[in-house]
Amino acid sequence: MRKFDTKVQELKYKVLREVARLAFEDRLLENVTDIPKTIVPGKNPTMRCCIYKERAIVSERVKMAMGGDKSNSNIVEVIDIACDECPVGGYEVSDACRGCIAHRCEENCRRGAIVFDANQKAHIDKSKCVECGKCASVCPYGAIMNHKRPCERACSVKAIHMSEEKTAQIDNEKCIGCGACVYQCPFGAIMDKSFLLDVVKLIKESRGGEAYKLYAVVAPSISSQFTYAKLGQVISGIKQLGFFHVVEAALGADMVAWDEAKELTEKGFLTSSCCPAFVQFIRSQFPELSDKISSNLSPLATIAKYIKETTPGAKIVFIGPCTAKKAEVQQERVRPYVDAVITFEELQALFDSRDVDITALPEDVLDNASYYGRIFARSGGLTDAVTEALREQGDTDFVFKPIACDGIDACKKALLRASKGVLDANFIEGMACMGGCIGGAGCLTHGEKDKNEVDKYGMEAYEKKITDAISVLK
Amino acid sequence: MKVTICIGSSCHLKGSRQVVEELQNLVEQRRLGDQVELAGAFCMGNCQNGVCVTVDGELMSVKPETVNEFFEKEIAGRLAQ
Repeated sequence: MRKFDTKVQELKYKVLREVARLAFEDRLLENVTDIPKTIVPGKNPTMRCCIYKERAIVSERVKMAMGGDKSNSNIVEVIDIACDECPVGGYEVSDACRGCIAHRCEENCRRGAIVFDANQKAHIDKSKCVECGKCASVCPYGAIMNHKRPCERACSVKAIHMSEEKTAQIDNEKCIGCGACVYQCPFGAIMDKSFLLDVVKLIKESRGGEAYKLYAVVAPSISSQFTYAKLGQVISGIKQLGFFHVVEAALGADMVAWDEAKELTEKGFLTSSCCPAFVQFIRSQFPELSDKISSNLSPLATIAKYIKETTPGAKIVFIGPCTAKKAEVQQERVRPYVDAVITFEELQALFDSRDVDITALPEDVLDNASYYGRIFARSGGLTDAVTEALREQGDTDFVFKPIACDGIDACKKALLRASKGVLDANFIEGMACMGGCIGGAGCLTHGEKDKNEVDKYGMEAYEKKITDAISVLK
Repeated sequence: MKVTICIGSSCHLKGSRQVVEELQNLVEQRRLGDQVELAGAFCMGNCQNGVCVTVDGELMSVKPETVNEFFEKEIAGRLAQ
């Protein structure tokens, strides 16, 4: 029983699984060219025009699974031949337009872009249209459609455009690595680079902990994932793969919330530093606010630094929902602490490449972090944690006015106001993904229930206060 | 003197939280803060004998109910020598 939202995810997973399997068996070099045939056995095509195109695309996916194009610094890449070159018409009136009398579309168009033909049917004058979508939202027949490409629509930072060959193209200067396009492209033509092979190598070379201790730091959103098994079984599975120990990034979140609360009272205004895509967004689009970004490392980097400093020789792999984390760990100030990053999708592929059936394993435990560290996984959690940290620090004079933004559009709104000095808040919690990390591109499933799962797991924490969780780490 | 307490999951279940708290209290009561550095670590690979503690690198085992005894002997006792 595998749980993915889409068949695209499943396809990507199969490729990752095969690559990992061969790498574990030391057969990757000889057998890598067989993978397309394993995944697309033929004779009839199921996804594209013919099995040869399907196999060609699978070979491109294999490349991405093996780390992708080294000359391209972006962790997200377009697979040109997989791009279906979707139409890019923008808003268009369909045949469903009945030529009604009300003409709400015309009334609501501020640009005067709606024109009518002899049959009273609406048309859009593309020279005037600014793609605001007002007309579509008011048409009683839903006759106006937006034919924007799913990738472009998913990209709130407008980093995706059509190339001269009509395939999608990513502007690396603008891209923040959030992975929204990766998850949204219905053809799976945009993929995040995988560092799975690095992880296989780390596992093998640790020789079961003899050479060095290999730690898995797992993101708190794990509580909403692998729903077909128990969380404790996932932890057992990670250890069975060859990891020495599993630590919650949520403990790093506790440490960050504590320090961020302190920094906030000193500086008076702060934006959060947990979400690497949000941080990158500020740096590229609102450079004037760069000095407001919390100077703290992210929860991952904070806990990884702690482990490396207390355990000589330790190696660390982060497992989370996030594609942007893959870029974060390439930064100078983070690189020394984290050896590789994989997503939950990739963890699933690792399990199955070793035939680890987590549902058959005993339940191990994962703890240390407080309730507050654990709820970082969902939008508003960080804000709650900073509120708690301020309370525990006994800072009652400081008036905390947070605003929690999920999704880049919401972040952009708050940052715009902040840059003009008219934002009625002194703390911006920014998460690039909708709902927070539980909406991350590397999640197996994305759903309404996920937030509840995160809260429920938070409530199970032994440590009720942040101080309880971090006292010994300070 | 450096005292490291394991806060890995197994020791955590066996009460490392209480051990940490007790030790912090005792260090504070005796005003040994300058001489004893308390720290945490993730798993010392000796889970069956948890809670694992190292005193200047020497691996030992403590239970929440034996913290006082441990403190007198291995921390206060050693410092007095």
